[in-house]
Amino acid sequence: MEFVTQHPVLVVSLIKIAIALFVVMTALAYLTWFERKVVARIQSRWGPYWVGPHGLLQPLADGIKFLFKEDIVPPAADKLSYVLAPFLAMALALSTLALIPIGPATVKILGQRTQLVIAHSNVALILLFAISSIGIYAVVLAGWSSNSKYPLMGGLRSSAQMISYEVSLTLSVVGVLLLAGSFDFYDIVGGQSGRWFHFLPKWHIIPQILGFICYLTAAIAETNRVPFDLPEAETELVAGFHTEYSSFKFAMFFMAEYANMITVSCLATLLFLGGWLSPFPASWHWQLYLPAAGLLLGGLALIAGGLRSVQMNAKIVFPILGIICIGVGYLCTFAAVMPVIQGPFWFMAKVFFLLFFYVWVRGTLPRFRYDQLMSFGWKFLLPLSLINLVLTSLVVVLRMR
Amino acid sequence: MNIAMLVFIVCGVMAVVGALALILAREPVHSALALVLVMISLAILYLLLGAAFVAAIQILVYAGAIMVLFVFVIMLLNAGEEVRTNASHLAKWVGLPLGIFFLFEMAYFLFREYGARSTAAGAVSAAPVVASTQQLSMKLFTVYLLPFELTSILILIAVLGAIVLAKRES
Repeated sequence: MEFVTQHPVLVVSLIKIAIALFVVMTALAYLTWFERKVVARIQSRWGPYWVGPHGLLQPLADGIKFLFKEDIVPPAADKLSYVLAPFLAMALALSTLALIPIGPATVKILGQRTQLVIAHSNVALILLFAISSIGIYAVVLAGWSSNSKYPLMGGLRSSAQMISYEVSLTLSVVGVLLLAGSFDFYDIVGGQSGRWFHFLPKWHIIPQILGFICYLTAAIAETNRVPFDLPEAETELVAGFHTEYSSFKFAMFFMAEYANMITVSCLATLLFLGGWLSPFPASWHWQLYLPAAGLLLGGLALIAGGLRSVQMNAKIVFPILGIICIGVGYLCTFAAVMPVIQGPFWFMAKVFFLLFFYVWVRGTLPRFRYDQLMSFGWKFLLPLSLINLVLTSLVVVLRMR
Repeated sequence: MNIAMLVFIVCGVMAVVGALALILAREPVHSALALVLVMISLAILYLLLGAAFVAAIQILVYAGAIMVLFVFVIMLLNAGEEVRTNASHLAKWVGLPLGIFFLFEMAYFLFREYGARSTAAGAVSAAPVVASTQQLSMKLFTVYLLPFELTSILILIAVLGAIVLAKRES
């Protein structure tokens, strides 16, 4: 108890980390479910269906399966690097999330002023890039240490790809930095409040549409996803850099990929889509009830869907989940809770939209060829982000005059 | 014993161990990784001194870009374990005493300079100055503008050199 009173910052940070870890790990698990479902619907299939109602327990089953599979380390592998790589991937992917604020700086929880971020820094953006740039090592090490042909090819390809697209990714963000004049996420989002012509939200996506397109494209390439998933192209390289990995080490690479997806979506939301700011004018008071209304509608849909389901367990589980949803929605109308959840609600809604976009792209586009990938990155994306940078700097300088 | 002191000791030890491993490791990739460890520990030390921007740039540029290229090339060439020979007697009989001599010399002067406030805790807590990125860039684009521009020209020359070498092949 004495320790708690002596180190309030440390204890609050630990609590935040515990909550964030729980939320993110659950989100990761259900992101895999969501992706499989959406891609399945795009391809006119049903996706996971039989483990739990609508396959809702599929992530849990997958996790248990990964845990109990035999963990094989190839005899010719470089043991240290081989074991280090998945841990590195997972740790770095999760630690970037510590820098991402999900709500305004002036939130009061239980009467205490709290920041909805684990680690606040005035150079948060550049720190985030620094941490994620180390993530390349996980892929490279995994590819090299397996001591096998396909992983090595996958590792080489992916390091070349990640180095190439990281340049465009960083350059596309500089335009936003010029407009915001700060590396701090609070300042960047704060600068996006207000309106153009009294109705258009002043988000950076409008002046920085070129930068936004560059960022999204480069971010998909950085997270090694379709159409840029050359490092793990099944038809060419079996599974790329993680071919030799099995059991939970494979699961860690898998989770790291989804955690990176969440990170880049959060970053896009903060930089271009106005972070936790509402798209509606502040005078529209009914928007405060939107989170509650969303949960209410979701709960009703769950109850209706559950009752119509043919599966017996779905008939029971879905209505219960629906009632819980409605209960949480009712909680959101309380005066103590309502102002706190507005920021996180809009933030998560935007992140969810971007994640859906990711899955949508995966279900739609075919994979690039390796030479196409390289020439696209260097000869199209990089010049485009440079043009964006020059134009933005020009406008910023002219406005300062 | 506060937390800053603990972090300082851990990172200092990590940096020294990484530097030793860099020299002693026989696998080129392990050496490269040890160097990355040194860079990251140094970055955390910068962070401890309140220079967050420098710390982030240290990781971004050295660990995230330059060393990745090193590892990339090592992997591409598939460099094997290095072979140890006993050829260099010079290194053993002259290099080792000379190294120890320089180490003691450095320790002596450091102790003479900072002996009065020799505790490492004082050194850590004496620098809570948070240097803002704005101040840093102000200095970079006014006082140090010439070195900055010269460096960029140097890098441009290196890039041009790489292009010339690449084009010569075809």
